[in-house]
Amino acid sequence: MLNWLNQVFCVTLFNLRTIPERKGAVTAAAVGIAGVVAVFVGVLSIAAGFRAAMSVKGARDVAIVLRSGADTEMTSGLSREETRLVADTPGVARNADGPLLSAELFVIINLPKRATGTDANVPFRGVEKAGLAVRGDIKIVKGRRFEPGKNEVIVGTGAARAFAGVDVGETIRLGQNVWQVVGQFAGGGGSAESELWTDAVVLQGAYGRGDSFQSVYARLTSARAFDEFKRALTSNPRLKVKVERQGDFLAEQSSMLTTFIENFGVFIAAMMALGALFGALNTMYSGIAARTREIATLRALGFGAGPVVISVMLESLALALVGGTVGALAAYLAFDGYKAATINWQTFSQIAFAFAVTPELLVSAILWAVTIGLIGGLFPAIRAARMPIAAALREL
Amino acid sequence: MNEQPQKNGVLVDVDGVEKVFHRGSEDIHVLSDLHLKVPQGEFLALMGPSGSGKSTLLNLIGGLDRPTRGSVSIAGEHVNELSDRQLAAWRARHIGFVFQLYNLLPVLTAERNVELPLLLTHLSKAERKQHVATALGVVGLSHRTKHHPRQLSGGEQQRVGIARAIVTDPTLLLCDEPTGDLDRKAGDEILDLLQALNRQHGKTIIMVTHDPHASARAGRTVYLNKGQLSDEPVK
Repeated sequence: MLNWLNQVFCVTLFNLRTIPERKGAVTAAAVGIAGVVAVFVGVLSIAAGFRAAMSVKGARDVAIVLRSGADTEMTSGLSREETRLVADTPGVARNADGPLLSAELFVIINLPKRATGTDANVPFRGVEKAGLAVRGDIKIVKGRRFEPGKNEVIVGTGAARAFAGVDVGETIRLGQNVWQVVGQFAGGGGSAESELWTDAVVLQGAYGRGDSFQSVYARLTSARAFDEFKRALTSNPRLKVKVERQGDFLAEQSSMLTTFIENFGVFIAAMMALGALFGALNTMYSGIAARTREIATLRALGFGAGPVVISVMLESLALALVGGTVGALAAYLAFDGYKAATINWQTFSQIAFAFAVTPELLVSAILWAVTIGLIGGLFPAIRAARMPIAAALREL
Repeated sequence: MNEQPQKNGVLVDVDGVEKVFHRGSEDIHVLSDLHLKVPQGEFLALMGPSGSGKSTLLNLIGGLDRPTRGSVSIAGEHVNELSDRQLAAWRARHIGFVFQLYNLLPVLTAERNVELPLLLTHLSKAERKQHVATALGVVGLSHRTKHHPRQLSGGEQQRVGIARAIVTDPTLLLCDEPTGDLDRKAGDEILDLLQALNRQHGKTIIMVTHDPHASARAGRTVYLNKGQLSDEPVK
């Protein structure tokens, strides 16, 4: 075994030391692999960032109630009476002011994007007094909360970053109504940060919604209380509602876009990987061709075919790892934290988010590179091992 | 290194060997019913015109190729019955190759090139170093150990090639046109060295050459023509 490892080490060392003589082809192959990894990481960081923007950490104990059959808040509708029945359901947490529950409505408004000046759909949400406490991770980072009964809004940090005219102190004219921006809030990176919030009752009046809502957000006594809460609501003959955990609901809301971006990213990366694979194959084949006589000499001296195969594959792997690491690093530096906004087709509203180059993404990108390296090295390695020694010894 | 020549018994026994190469639908008969016996300790020159099959025969003896028919046995071992893996291990243990174009690895120094066959043994690093020094000393290159092949003359490179061939103290040295790429002076030095290895260290050597000057240094010369051996030059 030691002898075999010695052979692998020796042939690999020999192969790696010949790289400077082939630096053009080797660099081209490594750059090809780096490009695949950079595009892979870049595109999928959009999906990862979007998913992160649509998820709420630790929201297992927050439930959302919609009308039965509604997939989004936009298509849902609940009466005041129905929201009261929800508030009386076992499992809802309470504080000194009463149940931690917020009946909410949701309209889409147009605001100009800071980047382009073009109008984009922005969610404008009416929440009840407990709205901030229900979610738990909402913090006022600038200004103050809106006052109930007034045309005052607070703006999520993502929306404030993406849209013009919504800084604290500015006013927003929407139809006949003028709204004063009084504060800015952060929501733990969740989708709420892409929204504008005001008092639910004021929003009902401004948009002629009567006394109706679209959803109820409820903080539960614990994450385990969800099943009991859901069972109580869905078995109540006076209610026709669907109940989901907030995190699951938001993940579902983003599933179409994240799936599309992920599939698109994998498709693009796969196409590029195919190109990089041929690049790696070509480099390794030409590398083997340039070393035909040396490899045959080693075989003549008694080195086995196995160590030759392994060493060629190790060289290809090393090439792929270098290319992959460079690509991943470049993608991280270029994309991680890059701020953007896009429309979520399921809610027809803009979601502000940051590209996220996650460790998982980097690991899968390196695995792509390794796969390219292994496949790119395998066939040339087999060719190297199968070369007839006697003929190869006379190659010039 | 064996100090005492042992001239006894047959070391190489080529018995009824035939070698056919296939090129498309054409069969090329390179060797036909060829017989050759080489006693231990002999220095044999193998001559013949280009394409006569000299190198093919050397490759069969060295286990780099297999005969179409017949058998090759070295020191009683039937080489063509070994598997590829066994054959590789057998070559490492029994055969020292000297090539016309030296076949040194350009990225390794002289001593690293010489050490290569020892990596297939169980010798320790210190033992390997000792063997390499001895082999380079035998070929007179103790002062060039750290040089890369491109820093050495053709004659010196071939001497490194010979040091690599003898460093494991193999049973048989196979030299394929060892002076074919050298000028007369450097060629003579290589032939002196091979002669010394045969006479002083008892090495059995088979040398392929087309140069009568080189074959004159061997103890016996056989001639290969149209796939057959004879003791007389081809007319």
